Amino acid sequence: MSSPGSTDIATNLNAEVHDAEQGTSLWQDAWHRLRKNKMALAGLFVLILLSLLALLTPWIAPYGYEDQDLLLGPTPPSAAHWLGTDTLGRDLLTRILYGGRVSLAVGFIATAVALVIGVLYGTIAGYLGGRVDATMMRLVDILYALPFMIFIILLMVIFGRNILLLFFAIGAVEWLTMARIVRGQVQSLRQQEFVEAAVSLGLSPWRIMRRHLIPNALGPVIVYTTLTIPNVMLLEAFLSFLGLGIQPPQSSWGVLISYGVETMEEYPWLLIFPGLVLSITLFALNFLGDGLRDALDPRASKD
Amino acid sequence: MSLLQVNNLSVWFYTRNGVVKAVNDLSFSVNVGQTLAIVGESGSGKSVCCYSLLGLIPCPPGRIESGTADFDGQDLLSLPIKQLRQIRGQHIATIFQDPMTCLNPYLSIGEQLIEPLIYHKNCSRHEARDRAIALLEEVGIQQARGRFNNYPHQFSGGMRQRVMIAMALIAEPRLLIADEPTTALDVTIQAQILELIAEIQRKRNLAMIFISHDLAVVKDIADHIAVMKDGEIVETGPTKSIFDAPQHHYTRELLAAIPSGSKPESSTVSNTVTSNPPLIEIEHLNTWFGGKNAIVKAVDDISLSVERGKILGVVGESGSGKSTLGRSILQLVRPSSGEIRYDNIELTTLKPRALKTLRRRMQMIFQDPYASLNPRMSVFDTLAEPLLYHGLATRKTVTPQVLELMDDVGLAHSAIKKYPHEFSGGQRQRIAIGRAIAVKPEFIVADEPVSALDVTIQKQILELIENLVEKHQLTMLFISHDLSVVRYLCDRIVVMHKGRLVEQGDTETIWANPQDAYTQQLLSAIPSLQDQQPRSRHHETGDSGNRSSE
Repeated sequence: MSSPGSTDIATNLNAEVHDAEQGTSLWQDAWHRLRKNKMALAGLFVLILLSLLALLTPWIAPYGYEDQDLLLGPTPPSAAHWLGTDTLGRDLLTRILYGGRVSLAVGFIATAVALVIGVLYGTIAGYLGGRVDATMMRLVDILYALPFMIFIILLMVIFGRNILLLFFAIGAVEWLTMARIVRGQVQSLRQQEFVEAAVSLGLSPWRIMRRHLIPNALGPVIVYTTLTIPNVMLLEAFLSFLGLGIQPPQSSWGVLISYGVETMEEYPWLLIFPGLVLSITLFALNFLGDGLRDALDPRASKD
Repeated sequence: MSLLQVNNLSVWFYTRNGVVKAVNDLSFSVNVGQTLAIVGESGSGKSVCCYSLLGLIPCPPGRIESGTADFDGQDLLSLPIKQLRQIRGQHIATIFQDPMTCLNPYLSIGEQLIEPLIYHKNCSRHEARDRAIALLEEVGIQQARGRFNNYPHQFSGGMRQRVMIAMALIAEPRLLIADEPTTALDVTIQAQILELIAEIQRKRNLAMIFISHDLAVVKDIADHIAVMKDGEIVETGPTKSIFDAPQHHYTRELLAAIPSGSKPESSTVSNTVTSNPPLIEIEHLNTWFGGKNAIVKAVDDISLSVERGKILGVVGESGSGKSTLGRSILQLVRPSSGEIRYDNIELTTLKPRALKTLRRRMQMIFQDPYASLNPRMSVFDTLAEPLLYHGLATRKTVTPQVLELMDDVGLAHSAIKKYPHEFSGGQRQRIAIGRAIAVKPEFIVADEPVSALDVTIQKQILELIENLVEKHQLTMLFISHDLSVVRYLCDRIVVMHKGRLVEQGDTETIWANPQDAYTQQLLSAIPSLQDQQPRSRHHETGDSGNRSSE
């Protein structure tokens, strides 16, 4: 330990070492790897751009989202209305921008709720096993069996209609599958010797879950997350269609699309543009998700 | 007459990291009625060369660059896939390493046996069945008719390997490729299977290629040996001359790596004549699994003690409960009853909080270095975690301590940021050992730490363990199925069989005069280089002061 080479390395490592102690080195390394993946970076960029647009909508939208122009009616894209107008003469670009606020918020918040609950719940059940696991997973089964609509309607009746509640209601349903996926992963990981090694080092269960189990279960979780986000966006459209989600004149991408479907033959741009925006978002998500999955797995690195 | 003549075979793999010359300009031949053993470490290309003959390597990334393989007048390497498939099943058959994964668990063994017969030879189900049963009897499956419809999980490992052999023989091949057929088996079973393979080869006058990493295993079975290293044959010749007069230094290295001989006695006068107080005392320990009806007594009424500063070897076949014993001591599984005293502290009734502090004092080294390291943690993370968690280092001081650990276990400093998958098996095991000694334990359970490694690597790791035990004054429970390894390392041995302790004593005493019938059987099954003179002891261990095996 006294050779000059080692001290060199020691100094060089100091920066990284500091992060390692925070338990973030995996994420640091992941970020380094992600930066090499052009598609994933492009996906990340598109998502950031869309989020910025959503945040800044009130200031950049060309019209108000409820400004009607009944005399104008539905028009195809023009200089005044870049993406055209709908049957009530409302500017489609404006409505897509405002709709993005709702859709992105639902997509990300509800998925985040599902992610946090599902991963924690699944990890705990899978790691503890035995009776705890059985009880926890039967609860999941019961919630699965509960008709989703009744569940949402009940929530709405009890707590009143509220956009925040919508996020949590959707998240509260989507976490069930996540919990099952994570539990299965953790169960097989728990058999591995490195977990036993961690136990024999005297690490606490919580630390074992956080440092040894969850990072290794991330692959499927990320894939499932990228699938959940579009799912949740469409679910919101469905709920809104039933009158349980957001109310007109507010809109979301899902609402715009379902409205566009009805008028597809006469006014195709009402379907094409919201559909295009949603597709771009999902593409970006998938590229980012794939990139993240590879970046978080040291074995898949390309260097 | 040579049945298979391979000339200038080169197989390269085109990977992201460049071209890997797995097999480079290889030539060998196999005669009818003779056995060629290809010996080398994992990664030396010995399997690749055989599988490329059968068209079984994935292409891409693999590509056969050059060469011919003349099998009975046909060039295997240029044959169209359809004809090759005919040859694969009918004329060349393979016995794989792991009988567990090579049999389809959803089909009865009978069904799997007759499949190639019906496919290749167009014989009726009834004929096929009769042939299969006869063959099963030949490979030593008793009551073959009754077991015909059994499924793979109903057979033990050795029996499964017999089924695999029957399967290879069913189409009456002329060339048999045995790829490490006994590596996954216990010593006693290994001896039986080797005998069976040799007998069948003689009786049927087969040509055979026997792939192994262990020279001791091929000694009795091979006529010729080819030693492979890094895709090339470094030495080839008749078995006797390879063993008696190895020319290439690598061959000599391989021969020297086979653990044989006793634990080096200290040449200096031992300074620990007085027996140490035991660090661990176990009394009437029982660890049972399963419910009320089907109890598996993995550890059945075992009492033993481990003296401070000594290495106790636990020997037994797989399933003998030796791993469960080790895990019970570390409280990784809860014993059903009995007492375990560690430094006079009773472990079985300890509260979790008290156990946590004790865990620091006892550690474990696992068998499989591929499973025992978290794939998402770099070497630094793996080694720093125990230090930081137990407060043995602060964030500022942890780096030099990790580097010191890496010195201890012989890892290059530059590897500190690498992840486990970037290392070979031996290096991984070094990381795992580093993690175990990071918290400065007094006691280590080593559960088959070298059985997943190649012979040469095995030797290095054993030496590392030996040095560490000495340097850090460790007490160790060394679990192994390999008696020669245990003899090389341990002061005392306990022999386990079906959960019970059948014999214990000093290593050399048991070696010279085994009392129990099972111990005798174990000892006689060891493949060894018998007619070899006792090798020179390893220099580093010759002067170890504090260990006398009495």
